[in-house]
Amino acid sequence: MTSASAQVNEQRQSALKLRDVHKSFGKTPIIRGVSLDIHRGERHAIIGPNGAGKSTLFNLISGRFQPTRGSIRLNDEEIAGIPSYQINRRGLSRSFQVTNIFPRLSVYENIRCSVLWSLGHKYSFWRSADKLRDANALTERTLEQIKMTARRNALAGVLTYAEQRALEIGITIASGADVIMLDEPTAGMSHSEADNAVELIRSVSKGRTLVMVEHDMGVVFGLADRISVLVYGEIIATDIPSRIKQNKAVQTAYLGTE
Amino acid sequence: MNGSQTAAPAATLVGARMGLIQKYKFWFAAAVVLLILPYIPGLNGDFSRSLLSQMGISAVFALSFNLLLGQTGLLSFGHAVYFGLGGYAAIHFMRAINAGLPIPIPFVPLAGAAGGLLIGVLFGSVTTKKAKIVFALITLGIAELVYAATFMLPGLFGGEEGITASRTRGPSIFGLDFGSQIQVYYIIAFWAFVSAALMYAFMRTPVGRMCNAVRDNPERAEFVGYNPQRVRFIVFSVAGMFAGLAGGLHAINYEIVAADAVGVLRSGSVLVAAYIGGIGHFIGPIVGAITLTWLQVSLSDYTSAWLLYLGLFFMAIILFAPGGLSGLIMMHAPIVRTKVFWEVLKTYAVALVPAVIMVVGAALLIEMNYRLSTQPELGTRMKLFRVNVDAATPWPWVAATLLLVAGFYVFRKTWPYVAAAWNRAIEEANAGKSDMGERR
Amino acid sequence: MLELTTVSLLNGVVYGLLLFMLSSGLTLIFSMMGVLNFAHASVFMLGAYFSYQIGRWIGFWPALAIAPLLCGLVGAAIERYGLRHVHKYGHVAEILFTFGLVYLIEEFVTMIWGRNPVGNDVPQAIDFSLFSLFGGTFPAYKGLMMAISLAMFVFLYLALKRTRIGLIIQAALTHPQMVGALGHNVPGVFVLVFAIGSALAGLAGVIGGFAWLTQPTLANTLGPIVFVVVVVGGLGSLGGALIASMLIGILQTLAVALDYSLLDLFQTFDISVTRASPLYEFYSIKIAHAASAIPYLLLVLMLILRPTGLFGTRE
Repeated sequence: MTSASAQVNEQRQSALKLRDVHKSFGKTPIIRGVSLDIHRGERHAIIGPNGAGKSTLFNLISGRFQPTRGSIRLNDEEIAGIPSYQINRRGLSRSFQVTNIFPRLSVYENIRCSVLWSLGHKYSFWRSADKLRDANALTERTLEQIKMTARRNALAGVLTYAEQRALEIGITIASGADVIMLDEPTAGMSHSEADNAVELIRSVSKGRTLVMVEHDMGVVFGLADRISVLVYGEIIATDIPSRIKQNKAVQTAYLGTE
Repeated sequence: MNGSQTAAPAATLVGARMGLIQKYKFWFAAAVVLLILPYIPGLNGDFSRSLLSQMGISAVFALSFNLLLGQTGLLSFGHAVYFGLGGYAAIHFMRAINAGLPIPIPFVPLAGAAGGLLIGVLFGSVTTKKAKIVFALITLGIAELVYAATFMLPGLFGGEEGITASRTRGPSIFGLDFGSQIQVYYIIAFWAFVSAALMYAFMRTPVGRMCNAVRDNPERAEFVGYNPQRVRFIVFSVAGMFAGLAGGLHAINYEIVAADAVGVLRSGSVLVAAYIGGIGHFIGPIVGAITLTWLQVSLSDYTSAWLLYLGLFFMAIILFAPGGLSGLIMMHAPIVRTKVFWEVLKTYAVALVPAVIMVVGAALLIEMNYRLSTQPELGTRMKLFRVNVDAATPWPWVAATLLLVAGFYVFRKTWPYVAAAWNRAIEEANAGKSDMGERR
Repeated sequence: MLELTTVSLLNGVVYGLLLFMLSSGLTLIFSMMGVLNFAHASVFMLGAYFSYQIGRWIGFWPALAIAPLLCGLVGAAIERYGLRHVHKYGHVAEILFTFGLVYLIEEFVTMIWGRNPVGNDVPQAIDFSLFSLFGGTFPAYKGLMMAISLAMFVFLYLALKRTRIGLIIQAALTHPQMVGALGHNVPGVFVLVFAIGSALAGLAGVIGGFAWLTQPTLANTLGPIVFVVVVVGGLGSLGGALIASMLIGILQTLAVALDYSLLDLFQTFDISVTRASPLYEFYSIKIAHAASAIPYLLLVLMLILRPTGLFGTRE
């Protein structure tokens, strides 16, 4: 191997590698042998018709469920079956389709709680969180990124839907994880809100690996470097957007309705 | 130039001190109040000081309980286990002091804290691994087991009579022998202040913030890197420690610790105290502990039906004011500055009249029933609200029922007015807020 | 020895069936709505008092019919006007509501009937001996109680598995929202379940009022044990509740008869333990004394090792 292709190989190193992942609930198979390579630094979208198993796949990778069979490797370490908090500590962060925030904490506290571990504060109980300069500075920066500085003291539970979605993304990216997974980030948003969200996603995913489930094709084709199509628990195609559009199997299974 | 250079640092030092007092003004005020409380006219008798001491113990206990319930979402039906076992540890420590251990009595609560921490870690390691309802049931089981154990191991727990010790037989400080109630009050006040401050500080630390996060959304807490079980285990141990400290205060105050200190009844009453005060605010359990202690001690002097009144009060809070007393007070925070606030208060005053009539009617019925059923030997003549009645005659019953029914009917009629005043107040408050928003 | 064992076993079975009568209603309520109904034993107590009062005014057999009905109404009211209102404040508020009910019902009963046990004696109609065993008599009321208990089990089993409403309840046990979405009146079903559960508790109270002293503290002594039965048997399982009741009933009754301690065990093996040994007190605990703690030990062990209980279908 020449050094040039070795370099190419390194760039192409997988941040996330799935091999023959299966998941059944009882007797019902939902994920039927998914193998996928997510390249480091790429923006990868997963699309597919409803019920294809996209959220289940997300849940398998992030540790909410355990695969019935198969291997999931993050940065070349096996993560299938280990608890979610350990997966998060290894650098994978995810958002949720149904907003999953801390409703009785303020926006500021929501963000700050999501940076504490990554900054190494762990279970410390000898200093007030208010005195932690790094945590508070990172929180401020994240608030600016998601444009929620004005609402910092509002209780997360009383935010508008779009504000909660922005906070959801904020919590996900604040800790600086290098693999970010976003589950339908623009769900339920108006066109202009979705545009804002796309800009936000574009800026926060610079230099990181992004995996995204989305239904909005405009968002997908605008953001993604590569797209995988999931149908009935199987990946039927993985390719760059222009080739996915022309893929016959994808067209029959999915595109055509938008 | 030199003069102003030396003046500037001195000014900033004074400024820093003033800033410190300003920042912690609430705590300074609390400390001052605690210092002068037993000398306020009306409170400067032994009975009042004893009552204040009980309130202090109860407040620490309730605060420790709320670290679990209000702050972390853990419902424990057996928190008295840590209070009681800490108390037993403390009383044994006191006996050691009586036998010659050269440690002054004011340090005894630390033995209670150590006992509570140890047991908290022991039981917590097993119980906090479980889901919420399972956790609640395990705490109930452990509470019953420990209670039964106190009768089975009389050497350690003294059986029905408990373990006694003396608080005056130990090294004295500044000539104090710790016998009088006022001295006991100051020991309790000191430890209560320190405990409250420490618990408040704990909630501000990273692990404390994560307690709130785990309460709100344990799953999300996992996805930001925290193990919810670990967080729960830590707060459980800390709560056990402070409960044990309260048990130590109990040991000093009563000079005896018996099985009732670990019983389900005591676990139940700290739950009631915290909930009545309001589990959503830090200060809630303190308010609840003071209220409950006062009710238990004072109300029982006036009526044998006090437990029923307490139960009705508790139910009213659950049904109509789930945020507790502190929640009720804080609910008014957004409208306090509005002009309509006085209107709201006026509607309260108007609604209060039929409410009181209704309560009087109910109280009459309750008191008469209790007299007939539980104290028939005292006869049927009684003095209620300074009026002589004979419960054997129909008139008091008719009058009481009328008061109850009529009072309730009129009370209901006032509700729309109160609601209307509130709506106007909220509108005015919101209008004020959006004005400020525009100015930015 | 055989005498002791047989009599204890029989008493244990009777006690176990009584526990089942009391907990069958709670199994239904807890499994269905996930509400820890602390007030269940209090409704049982109300049944005992109602039956006493009606027995004095009219007679025993009418009391047997009316008291459970009244308790059913009380249960319906608790659900309709209390729990449903509190439900929106969360699980903790629901549990605390039933917790507060315990205090209220106890004081209500004190207010009407006083603090002392009332003369709730076995009525003449069933106060005869069914048979005698080893010189002791087996009273008819215990026989009646066993019969009612088994009848309850059969009734509930058939009602849940064979009737339409039973199927709906079973489904709502695990998927309440889905059942609601299918158009069934889930809140109405909840009221019905609570009423039936409470009526069963009331029926148990009619009989239990003779077995134990009818006094305001009755609910406190039995309340926690009922929970143990439901949890150990497993949520959602009627059979589990029966088996757990029998297990606890027999274990406790046998234990009370055993006047042995670990110390005695050591002595049989010639291991000597002196008073100076630190665990001496622990070793000398007689099983009979520890009997009251046995159900709770079972509860804690079960929750730690197998939270779904012996036969549970839901946690």
